[in-house]
Amino acid sequence: MIGPEAIRIALQGLLANRLRSALTMLGILIGVGAVIMLVAVGNGSSAAVQQQIQSLGTNRITIMRNFGGFGSGGRRSTNGTQSRSSNLTAADVTALSDKSVAPDIKSVSPVANVQSVTASWQGATYSPSQFVGTVPSYFEAADYQIAAGRLFTSQDEQSHARVVDLGQTVVANLFGTANPLGQFVKFNSTSFQVIGVLKSKGTNGVQDQDDVVLAPLSAVQDTLTGYTGTYDQITVEAVSSGSMTSATNEITSILDGTHKITNAANADFRVLNQATLLAASTSTSSVFTTLLGAVAAISLLVGGIGVMNIMLVTVTERTREIGIRKAIGARKIDILSQFLVESVLLTMIGGLLGVGAGIVGSQFKVVGIQPVIATYSIPLAFGVAVAVGLFFGIYPANRAAKLRPIEALRYE
Amino acid sequence: MTKVYGLGEVEVHALRGITLAIERGDYVAIMGSSGSGKTTLMNIIGCLDMPTSGRYLLDGIDVRRFGDDQLSLIRNRKVGFVFQSYNLIPRTTALQNVELPLTYAGVPPRERLERARAALDGVGLADRADHEPSELSGGQQQRVAIARAMVGNPSLILADEPTGNLDSVSGDQIMEVVDRVNAEGRTVVLITHEEHVAARAKRVVRVADGLVVSDERRAPVAGAPPHLSGADTGIVEAAS
Ligand SMILES: Nc1ncnc2c1ncn2[C@@H]1O[C@H](COP(=O)(O)OP(=O)(O)OP(=O)(O)O)[C@@H](O)[C@H]1O
Ligand SMILES: [Mg+2]
Repeated sequence: MIGPEAIRIALQGLLANRLRSALTMLGILIGVGAVIMLVAVGNGSSAAVQQQIQSLGTNRITIMRNFGGFGSGGRRSTNGTQSRSSNLTAADVTALSDKSVAPDIKSVSPVANVQSVTASWQGATYSPSQFVGTVPSYFEAADYQIAAGRLFTSQDEQSHARVVDLGQTVVANLFGTANPLGQFVKFNSTSFQVIGVLKSKGTNGVQDQDDVVLAPLSAVQDTLTGYTGTYDQITVEAVSSGSMTSATNEITSILDGTHKITNAANADFRVLNQATLLAASTSTSSVFTTLLGAVAAISLLVGGIGVMNIMLVTVTERTREIGIRKAIGARKIDILSQFLVESVLLTMIGGLLGVGAGIVGSQFKVVGIQPVIATYSIPLAFGVAVAVGLFFGIYPANRAAKLRPIEALRYE
Repeated sequence: MTKVYGLGEVEVHALRGITLAIERGDYVAIMGSSGSGKTTLMNIIGCLDMPTSGRYLLDGIDVRRFGDDQLSLIRNRKVGFVFQSYNLIPRTTALQNVELPLTYAGVPPRERLERARAALDGVGLADRADHEPSELSGGQQQRVAIARAMVGNPSLILADEPTGNLDSVSGDQIMEVVDRVNAEGRTVVLITHEEHVAARAKRVVRVADGLVVSDERRAPVAGAPPHLSGADTGIVEAAS
C-alpha cells in the first residue's frame, strides 16, 4: 500500500482510541523528554566546570617549586630557606625562552607572589588574596584582559614603574563606586598608581579570580619582596592548546637539565597543565552525563514496552477487522504496514512532544545547574523513540499480518 | 472436493465430496440446513479457504498454486463478499468502507472516491455516505456491504444469507440489488434458507451433510434473472 494511505488508516486507528493512544504517547514523551533534559543537566554541569577551568587560561602551564623534592646534590631545603637547586631562577626563564630548544613555548613569565599585602586608599583598607609581580606576557598566559585603563607594559617593567592593574573585587572593596584610574594606592607602605581595571573572570571554583592585584615584577622586587633572584612560580604559555603536551615535555627536559635532575621522582619542580585538569574533568563529567542519559534511556525503553503492550491489545481487539481487510484484498504487507505505521506514529508524535517538553524543561535550573541542551541529544532521543516504535511494533504488526483471514473473520 | 476441520482428535467433515461447476453469469442459490457446509463451500469458492482434498479451479486455474498475497489479490480483483454478519469496519464511515477494496487495489484517491460514491448511490445510500456502521440500520449496513462488494467490479459476487437478519421489506430491497448485479453479467452465488429468496436464482443447489443432494436449473444462464425479466424496478424507488 502506498505511504499516505497507510498513514491515513493508521491515524484512523489511533483516533479511534484517543485516550489509550494519548497515554501510550505519554510514556514515550516522558522518556524522550527525560533523555534530553538529563543529558542537558549533565552537559550543563560539565560546561560550568569547563568554563571555570578555561578561565584559568587553557594554554597555560604553571611551574612550581616542589618543596618536598631533593636536589641533584641531595641537599635538602633546611630551616625554611630553599636549597639553591629547588629554586626557580632567571637562568630557568632564559633556558625556557630558547625557541630552538622549546619551539612549543610561546612565552615565559616569572611570577612573584607577595603574601599578606594590605592595600589602603583614602582610609579604606583591603587585603587582596593575590598580589602578583610579573611581566606583561603573563596577561595573555593567564587570560587577564583589561576593562578600563591599560595593562602595564614591558616598558613599565623595565623602568621599575610603580603601577598596578586591579581586579574587580579589589576595586569594589577599595573604591566602591569611585573611579580608581590614576589614583595612588598604598600597598603596605609603598604607593602604586592604578593604571587599569581587569575584566571580571569570576571564580575558578576555588578562588575569586577578581580578587587580584597585578604589578611589574621589577617594582614588586624593589619594594615588597626584595630581590632574591628566585621566583615563586613560572607561568608558561604554549603556542596552542594542541601543543600543550610537547610544551610540557620540553619544560620538563629543560628544567631537568638546569636543575640536574636524573630521576623524575626526585624533581624539585612541578609542572601543572590546565589541559590535563580539563581532560580529567571532561572525562568525569562525560561519565556523569552518560549515567544520566542511561537512566533516561531506561524510561524510554519502558515507554517502548508500553507501546508494544498497547499494540498487542489493539491487534487482538481488531482481529475481526484484520480478517475483513484481508477478505477484501489486503496483503500481508498492507496489514503489517498499517500496524507498524500506527506504532511508529505513536512514538513519533510522543517523541516530538517529548522533544518539546525536554527543551522547555531545560530552560529551568535544576539543583543549581543551568542545563545546556546537547544538540546531539535531540535527534538521538527522537531517533531512538522512532526505532523503539519500529522495534516494539514489529512483533504485534507481524502477528496481525500473519493472521489467516478465515480464522480472523470467525474471531469474536 | 472435501473439507475437514480440526484435523486430529475431533475431525469435522464439513464437505464430504462436493462436485460443482458454476458458469460465468450464473445466479446460483445454495440451500441447506444449518451446519450442512454452505459457508465452508462459499469460503472455498471465494478463495478465503482451501479444500482439504480435491481441486478448486477459478477461471480454470487451480488456486492451490497461489500464495497468500496472490489470493488476496484474487479476492480483491475477482471476488466480492457479502457476509451474513455485514462485516463492516467499525468507526469508519460507509464511504470509507466502500472505498477500501479500491485502496488495496491501488486506485488513486480521486477516482476511488468517485467510484465509491457511485456504488453507494447504486444501493440508494448516497445520503448516508458519512455515517458510521453503528449509525446505520441492519438493512442499510447490508447495502453498504453490497456496495463494497461491487465497487471493484468483480466478476463473482458471493452472498452468505444477505437477508438472514432482515425483515421481508429490507430483504426484498437487498434482493433487488442482487438481481441487478446478476443482470449486469456478474456471477452470483447466494446462500439462503428462504424459498422466496432462492426463487430469484437461475439455479438452486441443495446441500446436506457436506454433499450436494439436488441441483435444479430454473432459468437459462444467459439472460436476466427470473424476477427482473419484466420491467426493471430501480433500486432508488424501491428504497424510498
Ligand atoms: N473452523 C472450524 N473448525 C471446526 N469446525 C468447523 C469450523 N467451521 C465450520 N465448522 C463445522 O463445519 C460444519 C459446516 O459449517 P458451515 O459453517 O459451513 O455450516 P453452514 O451450512 O454455513 O451453517 P449455517 O447455515 O448455520 O451458517 C459445521 O458442523 C461446523 O461446526
Ligand atoms: Mg453459514
